[in-house]
Amino acid sequence: MVEALYNLFGGEGPFLYFLAITASIMAVVLPLTISVAFAVYFDRKIWAAVQMRRGPNVVGPFGLLQSFADGIKLFLKETIIPAGANKAIFLMAPMITFTLALISWAVIPFDEGMALSDLNVGVLYILAISSLGVYGIIMSGWASNSRYAFLGGLRSAAQMVSYEVSIGFVLVCVLVKVGSLNLSDVVFAQEGGVLSWHFIPFFPIFIIFFISALAETNRPPFDLPEAEAELVAGYQVEYSSMAFALFFLGEYANILLMSVVMAILFFGGWYAPIPALDFIPGFLWLFAKTAIFFWLFAMVKAFVPRYRYDQLMRLGWKVFLPLSLAFVIIYSGVMVYAGWLPSHG
Amino acid sequence: MDFASTLPAAAFWLFAAITVLSGLMVISSRNPVHSVLWLILAFFSAAGLFVLMGAEFLAMLLVIVYVGAVAVLFLFVVMMLDINFVELRQGFLQYLPIGALIGLILLAELVTLGTAWTFGSDISLNAASPAPAIEQVENTRALGSVIYTDYIFIFQTAGLILLVAMIGAIVLTHRDRVGVKRQNIGKQNARRPEDAYELVDVEVGKGVPMPTKKG
Amino acid sequence: MTAIVQAAKSLLLKEFWAALVLTTKYFFRPKVTINYPYEKGPLSPRFRGEHALRRYPNGEERCIACKLCEAICPAQAITIEAEPREDGSRRTTRYDIDMTKCIYCGFCQEACPVDAIVEGPNFEFATETREELMYNKDKLLANGERWEREIAANIALDAPYR
Repeated sequence: MVEALYNLFGGEGPFLYFLAITASIMAVVLPLTISVAFAVYFDRKIWAAVQMRRGPNVVGPFGLLQSFADGIKLFLKETIIPAGANKAIFLMAPMITFTLALISWAVIPFDEGMALSDLNVGVLYILAISSLGVYGIIMSGWASNSRYAFLGGLRSAAQMVSYEVSIGFVLVCVLVKVGSLNLSDVVFAQEGGVLSWHFIPFFPIFIIFFISALAETNRPPFDLPEAEAELVAGYQVEYSSMAFALFFLGEYANILLMSVVMAILFFGGWYAPIPALDFIPGFLWLFAKTAIFFWLFAMVKAFVPRYRYDQLMRLGWKVFLPLSLAFVIIYSGVMVYAGWLPSHG
Repeated sequence: MDFASTLPAAAFWLFAAITVLSGLMVISSRNPVHSVLWLILAFFSAAGLFVLMGAEFLAMLLVIVYVGAVAVLFLFVVMMLDINFVELRQGFLQYLPIGALIGLILLAELVTLGTAWTFGSDISLNAASPAPAIEQVENTRALGSVIYTDYIFIFQTAGLILLVAMIGAIVLTHRDRVGVKRQNIGKQNARRPEDAYELVDVEVGKGVPMPTKKG
Repeated sequence: MTAIVQAAKSLLLKEFWAALVLTTKYFFRPKVTINYPYEKGPLSPRFRGEHALRRYPNGEERCIACKLCEAICPAQAITIEAEPREDGSRRTTRYDIDMTKCIYCGFCQEACPVDAIVEGPNFEFATETREELMYNKDKLLANGERWEREIAANIALDAPYR
């Protein structure tokens, strides 16, 4: 993507190269930030619709500009730093959360050859960045100097570390079949319509991945770090104005990221469900698939009650970990036995 | 692109400087939580150095394992402990001589190691054997083809040692408590409506008969 | 056999999909909430909202400073001071209601012998400052003028049941 843009500029030199990099980053981040704003709106709308409410409908047509109004409101508010807080870490935590939520998108292939950086270890990169995400939360929890925030931070750290393990094993299953850690290669392996998409052979572990993704993004039913009923708002309790907004945006950017990753890993990325429909641009297909997963995320928030903390840990360690480990062995065993392993020079 | 060679050099100096500086901050910062955070920064910039060397697989593993899991547990422990910093620093002068002695011995050892280092006689053979260029073989595959063939025994043994350590830690800290009421979620989920209740037609003036089944 | 069925059900998230189907049905149902600032629900004639002091049709204020409302107010939100007016009639010089204390029980309008203090149908009197909620006599009389038609209609509607 960067190289293509660089060639498009027609010139040579470090400045143009730098410009090409910046422009391609902007081309990813700007639409992403706008879609995050609309994701918040659609999340609220979907949730409201399930409860037969109207949801936001005043700001702009159908309330579409609600998120922007909320953003301006938060932007104009005062940033309150608690007296006992560790100032530097307190302010750094939301920035880390937001930055990490954005930089994962560097390796997402939106279409054939349309990734900001087509890393050979793209899958590992996503896993690494999402495992870093816990720092924003644990730092904010500690730096707030508040019991609620601290408890929320600790819960979140334990939760994310636990569910990362099963996400890792699920990824291993897919990678054994694909034979590459490159996200584009994962999509290439699913060419040829809906029947060759990964969710059919990998159905059980796709479910494990979906649930772990819910836990990883602190979404209901696993939103225990926030748990407004018992921890007020967990690690966010002392935050206000833009600092809070950054947490909020980061959370939704992560949800969108998980939706995109699911679409790429299991639902054929940018490929159309029927090869005849491939004339429609690939990023539109990816967008549609992501939207469906986001809708599922929002629906889960609407109809699954929150887990108790010990149940969450039990599910992660005693159910998902053995299951995903077993699936790794089963899938690799079947593939080795049947000779389905991908062959590479 | 001639600048393509200067960019990695600049990135190297940046990452190297950050690594060394944050390493210094780990041992010099007063707050242990800050120390751990600096340590994380050091890990992270070390991962950046790995990427510059073309070892992106190792870089990602460093981030996932050390930054994502080990350092989180570090941070966990340090945050939970209530450390009195003033008390910690009281015996500094008292322990200075022995600390300095250990430091000196280590330094002497390092110097001897550095000066007395000789290469094996067959090093020229190894250096002469062709290594494929980074562009041809991804280092993920290169690592895999070495670890799972030549060094499979060592690799498996390392894994086994970790497993033993984990089980050992669980055995040491586990204690059986009596009289604990546990929730058996599988059993709860397996309960069916038929086992749990029965519908009774109550005749007027007769009252409810005794239940026949227990749910 | 039941154990296998149970395991399959929980592994394939049977209840999850059932819930998804159910909520998706509700997703497309018509909304039951009203679009509040533009639509409003019906109010009973007995609705107890913002207070008002009424006047007689000839413009004379009804309140005779009997202080029954002040006495009965359980939140002690009402403060009244009274003096004879120039024409000798007993009138209030001060009639304050602290709306932040008021619990909207309606005892004051029940106690009033001349229907002077009433709780009108207005419930949208949020303010930006606390001070604005300390109502004085002028504010209450102004409320009475503003809401007199609705208040009179409500009292007439409720009269048969008293």
